[in-house]
Amino acid sequence: MKIVVAVKQVPDTATQVKIGADSKGIDPAGITWIVSPYDEFAVEEALRVKEKRGDGEVVVVTLGPERAKEALRTCLAMGADRAIHLNDPAWEAADSLAVSRALAAVIRQEGPQLVFFGRQAIDDDMGAVSTQVAEFLGWPCASWIMEETVAADASSVRVARQVEGGLEIFDIPLPCVLSAQKGLNEPRYPTLKGIMGAKKKEIRDVKAADLGLGADGPRLSVVALEGLPPRPPGRILSGEPAAAAKELVRSLREDAKAI
Amino acid sequence: MAGAFWCIVEDDRAGRPKKVTAELLGEATRLARQSGGHVEAVWLADKASEDGLKQLGEWGAVRVWLLEDAALAPFRSEVWTPAVAELAGKEAPQAIFGAVTSRQRELLARLAARLGVGLAADSVAFRVEDGKLIATRPVYAGKLLSKITWAKPPWLATLRPNVFKAEEPKAGAVPAVERPSVAIVPSRMTLVERKEEVATGLPELTEADVVVSGGRGLKGPENFVILEELAKVIGAAVGASRAAVDAGWRPHRFQIGQTGRTISPKLYMGFGISGAIQHLAGMRTSKIIVAVNKDPEAPIFKIADYGIVGDLFEVAPLLTQEFKRLLEK
Amino acid sequence: MKLELTEEQQMIQALAREFAEKEVQPVAGRLDQEARFPHETVKRMGELGFLGIAVPEAYGGAGADPVAYVLALEEIAKVCASHAVIMSVNNSLYCDPVLKYGTEDQRRKFLTPFASGQKIGCFALTEPQAGSDASNQHTLAVPDGSRYVLNGRKAFVTNGREAAAALVVAQTDAAKGRHGISAFLVEKGTPGFLVPKVEDKLGIRASDTAEFVFEDCRVPAENRLGSEGMGFKIAMSSLDGGRIGIAAQALGIAAGAFERSVAYAKERKAFGVPIGQHQMVQWMLADMATAIDAARLLVWRAATLKGAGQPFGVEASMAKLFASEMAMKVTTDAIQVHGGYGYIKEFQVERYFRDAKITQIYEGTSQIQKLVIARHLLGTQ
Repeated sequence: MKIVVAVKQVPDTATQVKIGADSKGIDPAGITWIVSPYDEFAVEEALRVKEKRGDGEVVVVTLGPERAKEALRTCLAMGADRAIHLNDPAWEAADSLAVSRALAAVIRQEGPQLVFFGRQAIDDDMGAVSTQVAEFLGWPCASWIMEETVAADASSVRVARQVEGGLEIFDIPLPCVLSAQKGLNEPRYPTLKGIMGAKKKEIRDVKAADLGLGADGPRLSVVALEGLPPRPPGRILSGEPAAAAKELVRSLREDAKAI
Repeated sequence: MAGAFWCIVEDDRAGRPKKVTAELLGEATRLARQSGGHVEAVWLADKASEDGLKQLGEWGAVRVWLLEDAALAPFRSEVWTPAVAELAGKEAPQAIFGAVTSRQRELLARLAARLGVGLAADSVAFRVEDGKLIATRPVYAGKLLSKITWAKPPWLATLRPNVFKAEEPKAGAVPAVERPSVAIVPSRMTLVERKEEVATGLPELTEADVVVSGGRGLKGPENFVILEELAKVIGAAVGASRAAVDAGWRPHRFQIGQTGRTISPKLYMGFGISGAIQHLAGMRTSKIIVAVNKDPEAPIFKIADYGIVGDLFEVAPLLTQEFKRLLEK
Repeated sequence: MKLELTEEQQMIQALAREFAEKEVQPVAGRLDQEARFPHETVKRMGELGFLGIAVPEAYGGAGADPVAYVLALEEIAKVCASHAVIMSVNNSLYCDPVLKYGTEDQRRKFLTPFASGQKIGCFALTEPQAGSDASNQHTLAVPDGSRYVLNGRKAFVTNGREAAAALVVAQTDAAKGRHGISAFLVEKGTPGFLVPKVEDKLGIRASDTAEFVFEDCRVPAENRLGSEGMGFKIAMSSLDGGRIGIAAQALGIAAGAFERSVAYAKERKAFGVPIGQHQMVQWMLADMATAIDAARLLVWRAATLKGAGQPFGVEASMAKLFASEMAMKVTTDAIQVHGGYGYIKEFQVERYFRDAKITQIYEGTSQIQKLVIARHLLGTQ
């Protein structure tokens, strides 16, 4: 069974992000880039499906600049079989819809039975791409999945989707698109052997023209990227715990009117 | 841009619109007022209710597009999307707003692809400028705010719950109810079962007005009972930091933060939580933030409105007592 | 010259860092206090490939290079020096010589399971009365048909209790002095191979350091590593590689203590400002950072030479000498930056201080390193 996993390279959460000179994007200087954490759950799940079935291929795909190859290599080191890099200046300012269209096109070429995404990339936190890819492919999808079991005959998958107040368990025929929520699994580290073996695996560069995608104006544009407005300075309630607790409750009631 | 602002109704799956719908309608009402538009609700359900329809009118919807069909439950985006898209194709709304909920997050994303328009997911503010709508969204773990606008309508957005204010209910306002005929496509997905979480008697984390949350400082799973007691008194939901969840003290669904839930309650109270960026990403839009931590240098104090430097095992029970005294008055 | 890590080296470094921070850090303090060998995390090190980094894949290793090895060691030592020495001994003092001097059969039996982390190995050279004076071996290996009969004692064997096999150095022909020394691969459980004692130590307390006693221990002749009389050469060349490992360990200990000091200097306030704003602390931190970087360059150079197949012995000695002395100084200063809290176990810098000391002693004391370096300079042996 062929499985495609879509990943995105994002700044490490711990990295300090600074607004770039154009006030619309971030300054890339000094940023540590990582595979978006939810995408690691997606890669892990795909590898587990393959291992459990004892056959198949895991193809990891990303859209991004040259540096995004590092993310692909990380996934290859984890155990993915090969990688596809949608790498074209035409996608430099791609919004979710343009990314989804490109990913859908390459997935259509690959023809997998299962596609995994992370529930969202932790840079723009839009969380739309997995669903939009499903729409472009015309496939069913389930987001924020916490459990997954592919049927023995590979005709369908049973998933537990996280919803408010519980889980919904669905049977979905393949092919379909799933997005991984934390809790689905514990992603493995790449092993040293995996790292050493990754460079022998294929990373194929794909241009917009290879997918037959023409120029298509963005549907969303960034007006500005801004820092957070400062929060008013807080108040530390000192003194005996009992007095501090009393004063806090009074303040919450009378000043903040929060209770 | 005197078009319609559509708000997709989030209901309790039993015919009653949820509070977040009032927030959507409230924000849409304010935006429509500025731009000369009007507000309509779009309700997809297997079964709606008269009370619910009335409620939507009081919350500000002048018209309700009601798509009532047994095939709409359970929610599947592949069924809802073509239905809403067909209606939008006919009615050409100016904007379509949804809530950041498990259903509408998926619906709006899919709808954006189907309509070929932009989606501003998880928005926390809007502004109308020169006839354009500008949405504000937290990005990079909430460390920055991105302001974005659409190339063309309809403007699709999902709104973070608890952030936008509902309007004062207009008593007696009756919305026009339309039951348009749209095709409902069959779904390929079959619901096997719905596993409800064990009822805690406390509100749902993302919907709660008050959230009490515990971190590593609680020292063990057994100590969450201290926070639960406080939560019961003030009607709060109980959340946890990633450290507490990763340690296995609480199930993942209670995790607040970047890899957990994002919440914006009126009051957030963190106990024994240091305030890693991870965690702040999930709660920094809370209106009032209270921090109790024995480490005066804990980063959470930097964003807290009120802080107590002290031992939570001492402070939390005292707060429970004080709140009890206050609320019994 | 180029000071650039390859993408693989960077990934291995990142993997080691992540593993150390996520899996070792939560247990390091307690393991130290309880002097408990970290079976679980060592098993994980094996699974990830840290126990046979530079061993070819064909023998169960990761097939990486000595630079990747020191990068990984530094990251692990930053969090726990005990894990680092367990790893260093298995890689440098056990797997390396078996790969280099072993027959195909020996490699299959004594290398593959050890490089892949199913088993760990150790190196028994030092004797109760012969440490720095390593050619003065009292352990005897007397040929007896198809076997050698070993008798004697070995001291301070890192991984000694946990190891499944030991590289043991013994005298096969006393008349020939150091040229009469041979090396043997001895399996645990061989009758007459005893582990009477495990030491209680100042530092690296989660690693085990054992004493070995051989009492008429019969070792098959096919377990002799290299030819008869080659033992001392095998031991010394292993130690050259080992010194790079210990230098990387010392570097990591210093870097770990330093990172904690920087974090503390930003947080801790005195006289109304973070102590890092005081010039005295700034100077200490600047000196620490400079010394650490200097050591790192020495370590990287020695590892690069080894990887290129060039002579590296004296460079390894320089790296080990400098890095271990530096680690002692930096960890001492790290405690000073922390003030009274530095002296308390909860803050963990005291662990780095205790762990640093051994790096000046094992695999050749600082004094021995100076001797090696001086002999090289003066062309004497």
